[in-house]
Amino acid sequence: MVTTSPLTAPDASRSPVPHHLPGLDPSWSRTVTVEDTDGVPRTWHYLDNGVEPVHGTVLCVHGNPTWSYLWRGMLAAAPPGWRVVAPDHLGMGWSARTEQPRTVEQRVADLGTLTDALGIDGPVVTLGHDWGGAISLGWAQAHRDQLRGVVTGNTAVAQPPGDFGPPLIRLAHLPGFRPFGCVATPIFVRATSNLSRPALPREVRDALALPYSGAARRTAVGDFVADIPFAEGHPSFPFVDALAEGVRTLDVPALLFWGPRDPVFGERYLADLQDRLPQAEVHRYEGASHLVTEDAPEYAGLVAAWLTDLDASPVDPGPDPAAAVASADGLSDRLWSVLERRREDRSPVIAVDGGLVSWAALSHRVSELAAGMAATGVRPGDRIGVLVEPSADLTSVVYAAWRAGAVVVVADKGLGFTGMRRALRGASLDHVVGGRAGLAAAAAMGLPGSRIAVDAGPPAVRRLLGAEHDLDELARIGRGTAMPPEPDLDADCAVLFTSGATGPAKGVAYRHRQAAAQVGLVRATYDLGPDDSFVAAFAPFSLLGPALGLASSLPAIDVTAPDTLTAPLLADAAAAVGATVVFASPAALRRVVATRDEVSPAQQEALGRVRLLMSAGAPVPSALLRSVGEVLPSASLHTPYGMTEALPVTDVSLEEITAAGAGEGVCVGHPLAGVSVGIVPLTGPSVDQPVTDPGVTGEICVRAAHVKDRYDALWMTQRASARHPGWHRTGDVGHLDDEGRLWVEGRTAHLISTAGGLVTPVGPEQRVEALATVHAAGLVGVGPEGAQVLAAVVVPATDGPPAPAPRRRGGSLGLRLAEHHLAESVRGAAGVPLAAVLRADRLPLDIRHASKVDRTELARQASDVLAGRG
Amino acid sequence: MRVLVTGASGLLGRTTATALAARGDDVTVLQRRPSGTGCREVLGDVADAVVVERAVRGQDAVLHLAAKVDVVGPLVEYERANVAGTRTVLAAARRTGVGRFVHVSSPSVAHAGRPLVGAPADPADPAHARGHYAATKAVAEQLVLAADSPDLAVLAVRPHLVWGPGDTQLVARLVDRARTGRLPLLGPATALIDTTYVTDAADALVAAVDACGPDAHGEALVVSGGEPRPVGEVLERVCLAAGVPPPRRRLPVPLGLAAGAAVDAVWAATSRRDQPPLTRFLVEQLSTAHWFDQRRTRERLRWTPVVGLEEGFARLGRWYAAGCPPV
Repeated sequence: MVTTSPLTAPDASRSPVPHHLPGLDPSWSRTVTVEDTDGVPRTWHYLDNGVEPVHGTVLCVHGNPTWSYLWRGMLAAAPPGWRVVAPDHLGMGWSARTEQPRTVEQRVADLGTLTDALGIDGPVVTLGHDWGGAISLGWAQAHRDQLRGVVTGNTAVAQPPGDFGPPLIRLAHLPGFRPFGCVATPIFVRATSNLSRPALPREVRDALALPYSGAARRTAVGDFVADIPFAEGHPSFPFVDALAEGVRTLDVPALLFWGPRDPVFGERYLADLQDRLPQAEVHRYEGASHLVTEDAPEYAGLVAAWLTDLDASPVDPGPDPAAAVASADGLSDRLWSVLERRREDRSPVIAVDGGLVSWAALSHRVSELAAGMAATGVRPGDRIGVLVEPSADLTSVVYAAWRAGAVVVVADKGLGFTGMRRALRGASLDHVVGGRAGLAAAAAMGLPGSRIAVDAGPPAVRRLLGAEHDLDELARIGRGTAMPPEPDLDADCAVLFTSGATGPAKGVAYRHRQAAAQVGLVRATYDLGPDDSFVAAFAPFSLLGPALGLASSLPAIDVTAPDTLTAPLLADAAAAVGATVVFASPAALRRVVATRDEVSPAQQEALGRVRLLMSAGAPVPSALLRSVGEVLPSASLHTPYGMTEALPVTDVSLEEITAAGAGEGVCVGHPLAGVSVGIVPLTGPSVDQPVTDPGVTGEICVRAAHVKDRYDALWMTQRASARHPGWHRTGDVGHLDDEGRLWVEGRTAHLISTAGGLVTPVGPEQRVEALATVHAAGLVGVGPEGAQVLAAVVVPATDGPPAPAPRRRGGSLGLRLAEHHLAESVRGAAGVPLAAVLRADRLPLDIRHASKVDRTELARQASDVLAGRG
Repeated sequence: MRVLVTGASGLLGRTTATALAARGDDVTVLQRRPSGTGCREVLGDVADAVVVERAVRGQDAVLHLAAKVDVVGPLVEYERANVAGTRTVLAAARRTGVGRFVHVSSPSVAHAGRPLVGAPADPADPAHARGHYAATKAVAEQLVLAADSPDLAVLAVRPHLVWGPGDTQLVARLVDRARTGRLPLLGPATALIDTTYVTDAADALVAAVDACGPDAHGEALVVSGGEPRPVGEVLERVCLAAGVPPPRRRLPVPLGLAAGAAVDAVWAATSRRDQPPLTRFLVEQLSTAHWFDQRRTRERLRWTPVVGLEEGFARLGRWYAAGCPPV
């Protein structure tokens, strides 16, 4: 017997759920009475958006100790044509309490009786959280004929080998604790919603706990915990074990979203699910905890987008006309091809720390390490976290890993310990290679994976670091072993985490094809020939030498602290390989210019041989480039535009910058051969394709063979960045001019949305910085979107040296009112109406490059100051 | 159009009545003393139902400015002028079939002391508004908006910090204090505040009289110049225009708040009627941002300020230079 409140006119008065719970539409709340598998009628409470399921139904399954309220965001965000149904398990939420505990097997069957009763017979996507995820996957296996896809958030189906279960669940599992913690008191019910940081609103926490007030209503919460099998003897073990294995047979589209700050289910549970569902798309919400649906309510938009894409046919971007130019440029080379060709070459390939490594030595070392890695368990596709300073060892390890088919994972030191830990823990590492400091850091970060030491040293140290091998051992093992097969051009080769100006670093994944294209593009852009060699004072290029077929020299500095490079150190590095090219960052160049008088005549000569300087990483003021010209008298001075996701995109020389003159933004030159640049306008109707019309300001998009493959484990972010098929949205704002040159005007995140329209910051900043009284300027908006007003923050020019830039982010800038005359001249120069002119002793800088203005931090502090007493 | 303007002896009322008359409206003004506008005068108290009914009868629109604006004095006086007065004018408007009622309110009716950063016109909140003036104006606004009906379109307009030549409230008091060195800057004086030049505010009220109807009624709109500036900069510009030394002394905000609270207590306890040197309300006003999102106001009223800050300061400077002639 089935009785259900009618779908069309739900009787809200019969709903047991109080009205006015935040985010919950009372009309979603329904009840239905269904006979369970034993023939006992049970009244279920469930939420239903009541939509005619044109595309299908999303079946949302909550875990313990929550209820369907958890899914309110999904009901609200369902794409058109998707019915969303979210029941409360029997004994839980507002569904009927049962006399006996229900096992997971019964719950899977119960769910089937419910979906039958609700007439859910079309395509279904299951969506589960916590142990509700396991139940939803059980339902999925029992309904293969109608299963369209599976989605889970912070779910586990099995304990990974060697794991004893989530510590918190184990605590709740203790016979002595469970009756007390889960049933007699609301400790467990309340603890779950108290994991979030920042804390969830009190009304939401209360709403989650509402159906569990009173021990009698909490019985099933305790039973649910007791039913989780930790060992083979448990009655539910065989069922859950079979369920977990069965997940491997679910060859339907899958989506896993994850809150990594989960003390219940750690990273290894995500890895376990990925292993069972290798086709799954993954999106991680950094900072979100176990209640990922509450901490990252945007999950609903993620699932909605994924559902929409399920029924959309993939769009073929078609051939990229610009790419034809690039592919003609010898892309047949693999990253290690030159190394293999020059196995007998005794000439130097790397100069570092006063020593030289020959092509022959590096070539042999790479082969041996690659074979050694393969022989010791590094499989194609394995991810290797690399915690090694730029050095010959780093170069050997990276090329060996590539040759062995492994994926190199690198996190920029500029992220700091916390940022690196967050990045690397989320990168699904299989192995970690590091020096002693690196491996110690890996242990402190709690990184998974086997350990390879650069040099393990004494056994005690080796044990401490957990190192299974060191490089010499790997090389020895590899010496007698066959080389592993070459990885496919479409295999992943690297995941890079660099410090962005805002938010947690994103992992940028590259395939071999894209990395090879980048090498080809750099070679072609700077016309690098066999007679060239270079100084790598720009960290990302320090590995490129062997692939480019060029000798490279690492200056005797910490490459991650570029402002320690001096003119003499640059000269020594250049002399070591007779360098003709210098790759550097603006921060490094500032110091080089400041120390130019310290070079000896011999050093002068080495610098005089440099024919080309490329300064990358941030916009370079032309005044700085001009000064660099005095240090490198023969060099043509270039600065490319690009980002971690695509480098380089354009290039411009000092002469071209001068010829372009002043304009709105920074002129970064023409797109390189093989690179398409387009603009998605900021206002007006949306466009199918980025446009190239001159004078249109918008988000800069790039299409080229060397653009990143994707963002790692950030499905939604990747989807947004590739909204125009084939193109990468850079997050930068700019325009193309009449001559096809690109001008960068700032970041989309730094756009200022005033009542009078959008304002980009770089143009006004440049006009203000042109004042003799101003050393540096930043333009930010304060106030609500659409009604922001502009504030300029200026560092007045002084005779003395500018205040040193602290490396720590977030220190007070001491913002205060600029005096009348300074304010008046800044207002006059800016060309946009300014609500306030503030002065500061320094501007907050982007940590990595120590040269880009961190406008997000600047806006935060300016907003505080301009709001007055808080 | 036949328009009654109440409270036309104040700067904004006088300017608005003059502007309405100048464009050809048939303007009657109601206040206790002669307004000097040249319009038809009805003299009397807005809380006097007989006088009010006489002034309101036959009008097409009422623009209600009359209010007690001050920081001292007992609550009962504010209630009589601001609440009872508004109730009387509103009742007369309903009784006599006036079609439009534009009530001039104040942003302070919704301000509980927190910074207002590009804020919307939040609902009036008598329980949290600061001081007798704001609290009674909040009650009045609620009365007016509750009276919105198909027969009587009402709009509440909240001009923010109206200033200009002839202003005895804001500008004259600031300049007076600065001249005698009694105008400190509170803290860093960086809080953004928006202001409204008097003729821009008057234009907005004229626009409100025109707009009040089926397309714009039953809501409150903040009117301001839309050019927020740091409070220190505003004070400096006013002083420069008036030819007095800009404030240099700084008073830490917590100290100012404490002093303001103490002054409030003394003035309340002793029923003093003279201007206090400082009030908690004033300290809050001078140390927290208050500026407003003007998009809805401008769309509803189809009005934009034409004078603005720069031209306003120039006019203020010329007026002081001319020896402050009557406006």
